[in-house]
Amino acid sequence: MNSNVTIRIFASKENNVNITDIQNDIIDEFSMFDDWEERYQYMIDLGKTLPLINEQYKTDDHLIKGCQSRVWVHADLESDKVVFTADSDAIITKGIIAILIRVFSNQNPKDIIDANTDFIDKIGLKEHLSPTRANGLVSMIKQLKMYAVAYQTQLS
Amino acid sequence: MFRYTNALYLCNMKLETPFNVEALRKDFPILNREVNGKPLVYFDNAATSQTPQQVIDCIVDYYSNYNANIHRGVHTLSQEATDKYEAARLKIQKHFNANKSHEIIFTSGTTHGINLVANGFSSLLNKGDEIIVSALEHHSNIVPWQMLCERTGAILKVIPMNEDGELVISEYDKLLSNNTRLVFVNHISNALGTINPIEAIIEKAHQIGAAVLIDGAQACPHIKPDVQALDVDFYVASAHKMCGPTGVGILYGKEAWLNKLPPYQGGGEMIAEVTFEKTTYADLPHKFEAGTPNICGGIAFGAAIDYMNQVGFNAIADYEHDLLEYATKKLLEIEGLKIYGTSKHKTSVISFNIAGIHPYDIGTILDKMGIAVRTGHHCAQPIMDFFKIPGTVRASFAFYNTKAEIDALVEGVKKATNMLL
Repeated sequence: MNSNVTIRIFASKENNVNITDIQNDIIDEFSMFDDWEERYQYMIDLGKTLPLINEQYKTDDHLIKGCQSRVWVHADLESDKVVFTADSDAIITKGIIAILIRVFSNQNPKDIIDANTDFIDKIGLKEHLSPTRANGLVSMIKQLKMYAVAYQTQLS
Repeated sequence: MFRYTNALYLCNMKLETPFNVEALRKDFPILNREVNGKPLVYFDNAATSQTPQQVIDCIVDYYSNYNANIHRGVHTLSQEATDKYEAARLKIQKHFNANKSHEIIFTSGTTHGINLVANGFSSLLNKGDEIIVSALEHHSNIVPWQMLCERTGAILKVIPMNEDGELVISEYDKLLSNNTRLVFVNHISNALGTINPIEAIIEKAHQIGAAVLIDGAQACPHIKPDVQALDVDFYVASAHKMCGPTGVGILYGKEAWLNKLPPYQGGGEMIAEVTFEKTTYADLPHKFEAGTPNICGGIAFGAAIDYMNQVGFNAIADYEHDLLEYATKKLLEIEGLKIYGTSKHKTSVISFNIAGIHPYDIGTILDKMGIAVRTGHHCAQPIMDFFKIPGTVRASFAFYNTKAEIDALVEGVKKATNMLL
């Protein structure tokens, strides 16, 4: 994984705003990696570099109870968009969160509720969806959608 | 004299089947498979052991040739299945050196056995009675006693541990009182591998008239417990940790205690006579074996015990100790690596962390390299709280593991560290 790839991936962040397009961008980016090592190194780098959540929200009431790593999620409504911030004490989990935030943050509640998450399988991270991993990814997606449902109710 | 003893020792050695790990590995078909394109390195033996062909054959034989319900039918298949099931009970009795075969109760596993005893004690305890458990327990060893205390008003007390992951016996002495009814300790800690001094724990409990239940789930893959020599009141174990199938285990209980406890579950098999006015319960062991049991599992448990005895528990202990020492030395060469559970008395389990890295991250990278370890709190959160860590990476070795596999683990941990730090 060289730094040029990282820059290109972050740069592409601004290209698309719709959930499906962002997911397709991520699928394209992951297709450049030759093996699991590059994929994981990329996620680890994402996990290391991104400031994800305001420390004040790293409290138990923002915690998603996963079996192994702790995950905190916070959501705000800015105009009609939900803005997510999150963090984890495990770096690979944090990398996955960074990808999820890129997909779901700054979106309308309804789009978040309707979005499917097949892209996770397509970028070779299917194993993280298995309940045995217990890394909170499944609960994390559920939690993001729950926030969206709450804000959707508030908006309508 | 020394020479003579040595010669005798060598002579005895020749009589035993020599321990040959490469030959033994051939008995385990799963060890040939690949995971993520790499040869499987299976170091999660403390969670479940792998199954040798001999046990797999026994399971296939049961379903192919004599699958039938037991203890009832007059037909041949039922009698064959009953004979084999009861033969397995006798094998298990002999293995654990129980005095009587009806002191061996088939269960669905260790957790079932513990719940059976905890439930039985609910009718024997009064408010203010005390139960002692250890700080090294698995969740399955804590929750049933908390539930029991809630039901009866009994009080739960905990033997603390020290930094090496050993129980502090001087504190245990202080906890014992005339109110103590039951002491509950694991033989070996699942999270740290510490071998607890259960002989002393049992003796001290008996001095004040308390009963003792020992969880042998982690011990039985490594040690052959003699329940009469231990003078233990109850001992529980699971087949799947000792080369047997999942879903079956045993509860050993002294006859007098098992007669004292009420049945755990109602159903078929456990009754002598039923009318709508009154049911009389069957004798031991059937009183505690309601419903159709895991017949195939029980028979295969017997085959697993035969297999392990054929390998030999002395040979297993020596070889695994060698693996433990080798892995400990090699892993400690990695910068920032800390091992939790440093008792001199431990089995082949290494629980560790690397400074600045979450155990989950290491486990995830190791899996990509085909290496199976356990990460997390190992269902022993109080131990993790003691060390103020979220969990550990746990590598647990069995007699079919090799030093070459340990080398692969060490390389894997180094690679994961390079990626993650």
